[in-house]
Amino acid sequence: MANQANTELLLEISGIHKRFGGLCALNDVALSINKGEIYGLIGPNGAGKTTLFNVLTGLYQPDEGKFTFKGIDLFRQKPNVVVDSGIARTFQNIRLFHNMTALENVMVGRHVRTKAGVIGAVFRNPGTRVEEAAIKARSLELLDYVGIRKHAEEHAKNLSYGDQRRLEIARALATDPQLLALDEPAAGMNGKETDDLKRLMEKIRADGVTILLIEHDVKLMMGLCDRIAVLDYGKKIAEGVPEVVKNDPRVIEAYLGATPD
Amino acid sequence: MDIFIQQLINGLVVGSIYALIALGYTMVYGILQLINFAHGEIVMMGAMITISAISVLSATGIGLPGPVLVVGGLLIAMPITMLIGFIIERIAYRPLRNAPRLAPLITAIGISIVLQQVAVLVWKNNPRSFPDLLPHEGHNFFGAVITDLQIVIVALALLIMVGLLVMVEKTKLGRAMRAVSMNQAVAGLMGVNINYVISMTFVIGSGLGAIAGVMVGANYGLAYPTMGFMIGLKAFTAAVLGGIGNLGGAVAGGILLGIIESVGAGYLGPLTGGVLGSHYQDIFAFMVLILVLVFRPSGLLGERVAERA
Repeated sequence: MANQANTELLLEISGIHKRFGGLCALNDVALSINKGEIYGLIGPNGAGKTTLFNVLTGLYQPDEGKFTFKGIDLFRQKPNVVVDSGIARTFQNIRLFHNMTALENVMVGRHVRTKAGVIGAVFRNPGTRVEEAAIKARSLELLDYVGIRKHAEEHAKNLSYGDQRRLEIARALATDPQLLALDEPAAGMNGKETDDLKRLMEKIRADGVTILLIEHDVKLMMGLCDRIAVLDYGKKIAEGVPEVVKNDPRVIEAYLGATPD
Repeated sequence: MDIFIQQLINGLVVGSIYALIALGYTMVYGILQLINFAHGEIVMMGAMITISAISVLSATGIGLPGPVLVVGGLLIAMPITMLIGFIIERIAYRPLRNAPRLAPLITAIGISIVLQQVAVLVWKNNPRSFPDLLPHEGHNFFGAVITDLQIVIVALALLIMVGLLVMVEKTKLGRAMRAVSMNQAVAGLMGVNINYVISMTFVIGSGLGAIAGVMVGANYGLAYPTMGFMIGLKAFTAAVLGGIGNLGGAVAGGILLGIIESVGAGYLGPLTGGVLGSHYQDIFAFMVLILVLVFRPSGLLGERVAERA
């Protein structure tokens, strides 16, 4: 559990609203994530979890609110700027570059941490070649880190489902994030794969990356997260350590419906 | 002189030029699913600016050798066409990136007309002869003639095409281009600067267009402000023939179309008993376009993809 005395604030949002026409997908959402924690986000289907992810990664522009990361204002910034500041993500429905090799997918993730532009691409000067070699070396390292180095030269679309999930994590880690946002990484995985994934997430956290996690597997969430926030109909209805959240009557009501009494 | 081999050589030369231009169409299509109809005008601009630049360079009286003048003219024209390509994307396509696909198609045609008319204003609506500065000594090749100029055009075009393919496969920018073409939103979320990648695609395509324009000018010996329309349409046909969006397909489609057209033109007169002369060669390109669209819309190398839901 995070010790409140020496926690360092990493990400803070407040008053976030996101509307789609008449639908208020996020309604006055506030949360703060501390450095080094695993922060869980749960809620029934359609509660706004993925919408919040999309806002936090620059894919959606929130209508109002505040969004700071390491003290930098990221409100309504473009996705590549958000990535550059240190937030990387994976997707609920795997979204790899299917016709690229696993290695190339990870290499794309190195984009924000390298300099070469059009001049380097056309003339391939020595500096560019050195940088390209470094991109490749680091990407292979990351494939090794998530345990799929042997598939480096295979096309992403030919990887097994579990390996595709791992590849998405490797690609996100290639951007050197301080916050890794994982959108249902265990979806569709069997028990063993989920255990392996849990170990991978703990390893990532131990290596200094903060994790924001959406997941439906409640057992996994309770065992892994330091704090959990619960969304329902676009509103945060609870937040805290797993034991407290689990027993919060509003949370039980959101998941199971109101009890008549 | 063997007419078949001769037409094959001519077709290869024209086809290499088509292929270079087709790459410009197909690169943009691959990334934006947009047909940049102004690309033919970029090719025209490349040729016209080079001609003007050559006359300025020769007016200096230094007495530079012919090939140096042509290369010098091209090196002046290329940055200008690259800048035009960059500006076109900024003003005509970027504001419409999320608009229905018909909208940027119409601005493309609009830009095309604007560039053509600007060229008419600057250079007047007359053909200009391309200065005869390059060696075109003929060599005997299996009973046909191939000139130095033709060899240079084919070799240079192939070199550039290989270079482009290597760039797309092996460099950071190329990887980013492929990532953006596969999934623009995800590429952005992985840190790729989408606007930069799209701008550079237009800049590189326009640079290739300028080179192709000079090749057209040198090959036919003339250039004129409205030349971009037909050459652009032919190259577009080549891109569709190869499978639009596919770089290898653009090269194959360009060379194949050039050969079909030349060989077809060579035999058109005898086959129709002299009713249609070789100046009807353009019908071949468009017959090919119609046949491809009817029987294999995805092109020779394009993947057959299901309509997106």
